[in-house]
Amino acid sequence: MNHNLLLGAEAIGAAALDAGISGVYAYPGTPSTEITEFIQRAPEAGENTVRSAWSANEKTALEAALGMSFAGKRSLCCMKHVGLNVAADAFINAAITGVNGGLVVAVADDPSMHSSQNEQDSRVYGKFAMIPVLEPASQQELYDTVIDAFSLSENLGLPVLLRLTTRLSHSRAGVVRRAGREQNRLQPERDPRRFVLIPSNARLQYQKLLDMQPELAKRSESSPLNRIVGGTGKTGVIAFGIAFNYVMETLESRGLSLPVLKIGQYPLPEKMLRSFIDNCENVLVAEEGYPVAEEYLRGLSGNPKLRGRLDGTLPRTGELNADLIAEALGLERKTGARVPEVVANRPPELCRGCGHRDMFDAINAAMSEQSNHQVFSDIGCYTLGALQPFNAIHTCVDMGAAVTMAKGAADAGMLPAVAVIGDSTFTHSGITGLLDAVNDRNALTIIIADNDTTAMTGGQESSATGRLHNICEGVGVSRRHIHTLVPLKKNFEKNRDVLREAFAHDGVSVVIFHRECIETAARKRRTTGRQKQENGKS
Amino acid sequence: MKKNIILAGVGGQGILSIAAVIDLAAIRSGYTIKQAEVHGMSQRGGAVQSHLRISDGTIHSDLIPQGDAHLVLAVEPMEALRYLPWLSPDGMIVTSVDPFKNIPDYPEEERIVAAIRDAGAHLLVEASSLAAETGSPRTANMIMLGAASPWTGLGQEQLEDGIRELFGRKGEAIVDMNIRAFRKGRSIPEKSGS
Repeated sequence: MNHNLLLGAEAIGAAALDAGISGVYAYPGTPSTEITEFIQRAPEAGENTVRSAWSANEKTALEAALGMSFAGKRSLCCMKHVGLNVAADAFINAAITGVNGGLVVAVADDPSMHSSQNEQDSRVYGKFAMIPVLEPASQQELYDTVIDAFSLSENLGLPVLLRLTTRLSHSRAGVVRRAGREQNRLQPERDPRRFVLIPSNARLQYQKLLDMQPELAKRSESSPLNRIVGGTGKTGVIAFGIAFNYVMETLESRGLSLPVLKIGQYPLPEKMLRSFIDNCENVLVAEEGYPVAEEYLRGLSGNPKLRGRLDGTLPRTGELNADLIAEALGLERKTGARVPEVVANRPPELCRGCGHRDMFDAINAAMSEQSNHQVFSDIGCYTLGALQPFNAIHTCVDMGAAVTMAKGAADAGMLPAVAVIGDSTFTHSGITGLLDAVNDRNALTIIIADNDTTAMTGGQESSATGRLHNICEGVGVSRRHIHTLVPLKKNFEKNRDVLREAFAHDGVSVVIFHRECIETAARKRRTTGRQKQENGKS
Repeated sequence: MKKNIILAGVGGQGILSIAAVIDLAAIRSGYTIKQAEVHGMSQRGGAVQSHLRISDGTIHSDLIPQGDAHLVLAVEPMEALRYLPWLSPDGMIVTSVDPFKNIPDYPEEERIVAAIRDAGAHLLVEASSLAAETGSPRTANMIMLGAASPWTGLGQEQLEDGIRELFGRKGEAIVDMNIRAFRKGRSIPEKSGS
């Protein structure tokens, strides 16, 4: 058997290729980035001409994926959990229109917030949109599920949400791949009215979606992702998604045999759940993420049998693990020695030699002359400017919010109103905010930390490299007030002075700090070095 | 056969190349593996770890339960101590002695070494000076893998094949250098009789 050693994320990419997709659409975001990267690197994607470049943001990605589906072909759209907030408009309405070619939306949640600003649970979105949600537990199951998800999507004529969490996405295991399917031929939607969501059509489409719900429930009842795994005893466990692994680990290592109901497909299989709960005296509900199902199963009147995150048997927040499951089952928690006191925290930091360091030095110097020291910022490597030794930025809320929050603060009279945003974040969601500021003639300084890449997620292509100046000018910022600087130590004084000038301008200024990410530059040097070496040999 | 290994280091030190060699050696030997790693923000100079599990049966959890690790393999000494709660009482610590100081409150090195000695069975490796002897500081990770290899449950030959497979596309010279580093590391526990 040919075992491919794949991250969970990569298993999704492999499965989508083998399921015959014609395109993947995504914006990078931990822990989802490697899905798209796998497809971009895959030789078979080139042969079959699978479209795979990065999209500007998750909304443009999902809409393009829906368009490909409208044209009859299969498409995959990937994002991290908070990306689904950006794509929510398209997501909810794609459930109303339905799909033509198979459309799978793969969303990677990040419980414990390893690399995110919240731990929202995408299953809530799935229920909101009333579409099937699939949540496999292992890398192989992930692969198999994604292949089946495309058939399910085409079969039901609905998008399918694939939900996974950090641990499954970023853990490797051997995965056996199947023979690939052909791509669909171009076959545009025959009933385009269902995609014209004017009220008269939308009401019909919405009713159709509601009428399908019993069918969706029926499929959940018979899904291979939902099954009871052996064992006897009065205490049962309902294990959702990856929580199943932690439950099985605990039972096996402690020599216990309890009935476990594994759930990996939603809407919830109510019959299955009801009979499982009826046959147990106590039931532990183990969900990775929010207690979504637990809340539903308890209802308002409560069910005294149920234990889980809501009564403190499991922690309310953070990802699960086998240690927490053991404790929840009343077993003694094993542990090794404590961490010695001598161990200090080691938070992440900006790389040595990173241009953002020089940019923050200039910003701090220019801000120190002002009465207001608060700077709005955004999501990317430069968010590390919030920490020691810089303490240079004071907000990080959602993609693009630096620009619009600074605009709102300028409206309120804050002076200077300053935003720091990365090049990729600016093109993701900052441009429209800049347009608002230009239209309102705000006194505002937008600093773009331009390193030619989407650095935090590993250096993906940034969608407007080399065109930021023109974009800002096109949006309406006067050319005289767009400055491009190079963040280097030797330019410190000049950079500080240009910022001072921008802060004094009674209108919108854009200051672009442009220097290539040192990681990207080093990677390029290594690649060209290797190529030279290889060329030298031949 | 069941081995639970925690690989520890600082983002950017390249613990994933060690993981990749072990993964390849294990999977080519017919074992099942799961290997959880850290991507994202922590990779920027923060504490990073990888949970690596090898078995001849099913592996359920991607994470090693606390107290169940047979080996903590650290490329930085303070990072070795961070994962003691995962180390089994009869587990082994193999760590580089080279500190990576990117924080202002990095503790005195003697205190770290003392804490490692207190923690139980351990092997301290002068990774950077040994790597310099092989010709490149970048082979420190293969020195560490070699030093820890007796506790991985995998044979020398399998691990060396893993190195060949991982570094193969970088050319013969790089492969040879890493194999040399691995063997140099491997000879340390043999000499010390650990």
